Amino acid sequence: MMSGDCRRVERPRRMTMLLLALGLAMTAGGGVPAAQAQSATLVNVSYDPTRELYRAINDAFAKEWRARTGQSVTVRTSHGGSGRQARAVIDGLDADVVTLALAGDIDAIARESRKLPAGWQARLPSNSSPYTSTIAFLVRKGNPKGIRDWDDLARPGIAVITPNPKTSGGARWNYLAAWAFELDRSGGDAGKAETLVGAIFRNVPVLDTGARGATTTFVQRGIGDVLITWENEAFLAEKEFGAGAFDIVYPSLSIVTEPPVALVDQVVDKRGTRAVAEAYLQFLYAPVAQRLMAAHFYRPARPEHADPADLARFGSPRLVTIDQVFGGWAKAQAEHFADGGVFDRIYQPGAPQGTRGTPSLRPGAATR
Amino acid sequence: MSEQAADDISGTPAGGPRRLRPRPAVAETAAMRALLIATAIGFLGLFVVLPLVAVFVEALRRGIGHYLETFADPDTQAAIRLTLTVAAIAVPLNLVFGLSAAWAVAKFDFPGKSLLITLIDIPFSVSPVVSGLVFVLLFGAQGVLGPWLAAHDLQIVFAVPGIVLATVFVTVPYVARELIPLMQEQGVSEEEAALTLGASGLRTFLTVTLPNVKWALLYGVLLCNARAMGEFGAVSVVSGHVRGLTNTMPLHVEILYNEYNFVAAFAVASILAGLALVTLVAKSLLEWRYGDALGRSRLY
Repeated sequence: MMSGDCRRVERPRRMTMLLLALGLAMTAGGGVPAAQAQSATLVNVSYDPTRELYRAINDAFAKEWRARTGQSVTVRTSHGGSGRQARAVIDGLDADVVTLALAGDIDAIARESRKLPAGWQARLPSNSSPYTSTIAFLVRKGNPKGIRDWDDLARPGIAVITPNPKTSGGARWNYLAAWAFELDRSGGDAGKAETLVGAIFRNVPVLDTGARGATTTFVQRGIGDVLITWENEAFLAEKEFGAGAFDIVYPSLSIVTEPPVALVDQVVDKRGTRAVAEAYLQFLYAPVAQRLMAAHFYRPARPEHADPADLARFGSPRLVTIDQVFGGWAKAQAEHFADGGVFDRIYQPGAPQGTRGTPSLRPGAATR
Repeated sequence: MSEQAADDISGTPAGGPRRLRPRPAVAETAAMRALLIATAIGFLGLFVVLPLVAVFVEALRRGIGHYLETFADPDTQAAIRLTLTVAAIAVPLNLVFGLSAAWAVAKFDFPGKSLLITLIDIPFSVSPVVSGLVFVLLFGAQGVLGPWLAAHDLQIVFAVPGIVLATVFVTVPYVARELIPLMQEQGVSEEEAALTLGASGLRTFLTVTLPNVKWALLYGVLLCNARAMGEFGAVSVVSGHVRGLTNTMPLHVEILYNEYNFVAAFAVASILAGLALVTLVAKSLLEWRYGDALGRSRLY
């Protein structure tokens, strides 16, 4: 037995050498390309539905920047639920610019990491939002459940798809739009608003972490009767899967969503990218980018630069702003989405008070 | 012994003048056997083969041209490169660690041995998401070591080192777990013999211990590599998902899928599935070529 093993000693050595060589080859081929002098890299940490938009804008910006300075620039993007992305930046993800779903998430970065000043939102035009959007419904073709407005979503037997307000910016807008609707209808009764929003969230079978996850749940997996989502996301889903598979429904009242952009001062100073990062953010307000935004179903801050045909696609629900109804993001965030806020009360089973017997609803629960 | 036992069960009078012939270990009827085999094959087909085939069918849905186009995308290439890099670092580390840990545990007695075994098993029992989060809490900007790292301009999480750390963490048990039972079963008598004959410790290890476990070691490395390349959860937490920079193949599959780019998503997935197939084929080849040696190493 011993001798038998000794004769085979040569083989594993060869095998080891082979493995080693393979490992070395992989490492050699796998090095991260070193930055060249004539090129710059920007990291744009964004929210979920802007993947297609920023791909188009990044290309346009790279072209423009090369024409202006001769330097080639690569903009790398990361997408995910807005709250989750903000968390990653706070935890050390080196973003040169953040383009998130709502001001509250960038406020959180400024507050917790001090990587940018608290007054960041005043640094760029239109509250640092190069475009706005609103919240709409995507329903199955022909609207079989007859969904017309927010109160229809609270009807028993309607399955509503929305991401989780804790991680997704879009979901927080969804929540606030529903709240604003009931507040408006009831003449300012916050109790009624809480009842309606609570009933809507009880109809949610799956809470995804980001808007795109919710869209795939609705569109690909075929779960739910209605998807509450960004207007731009609804149009994109309709475009991707062919008009006729879904209908877009505008509620009677919705909210102006302002996804802002900001420079992360500490990161650009560390990486020496301030000039190109600032130019990138300015470029978002330039005619080329504004036109691209309208083409990608966002409402540009300067509509005069957009193709009128693109703008004509949008519906016109009555729109309110977060400042009018909720007194700004800081207040809305603290009251509704902070730990122990209204959303936790509506959402968590067995909360001590004011739940009116809310049945259990857990994050990630796959089916009802 | 087993012959007699089988005779007793089947009710043959013991010690009767009967021809000695091998009896089947199980005596199911043909129909029952067919049913059992069909169940096993059906289960495998439904849960293993079908999804695997689906990956390739989806990837090639729009022709080989579209399939190959996926790999011309620089972000996809970067993801593949990153995954290979991470595996090339994580697997050798685990090979060395797993081998030394197994050697220590199996051949020596020391205080804290069971603690070491428990520690090796931790990544199996901890959810990958938690494994990732641990590194964010340790090395993140708000973490324990965050300020120190920032002061020295070191980036761990949301960069390649974090991804490597998370991958090493989740793959720690594979090599060691494959080796420990085998080495324990083999005992220390051969090593003792070698030492008595005057071999040095190192020589004993290289010419006695290592050859005895070579197949189990290779198998452990294959498993470890498959997991290192396929890991999603832990890597997802520490990656930051910046495409072209910190996006591994499994993360890239998710991104492509979420961008309605199904052909590309399945094309990248097909590489991962292909890797699984290669592992499988390599394992089968080994078993076929070195069946005896493997069989011995599989005694446990």
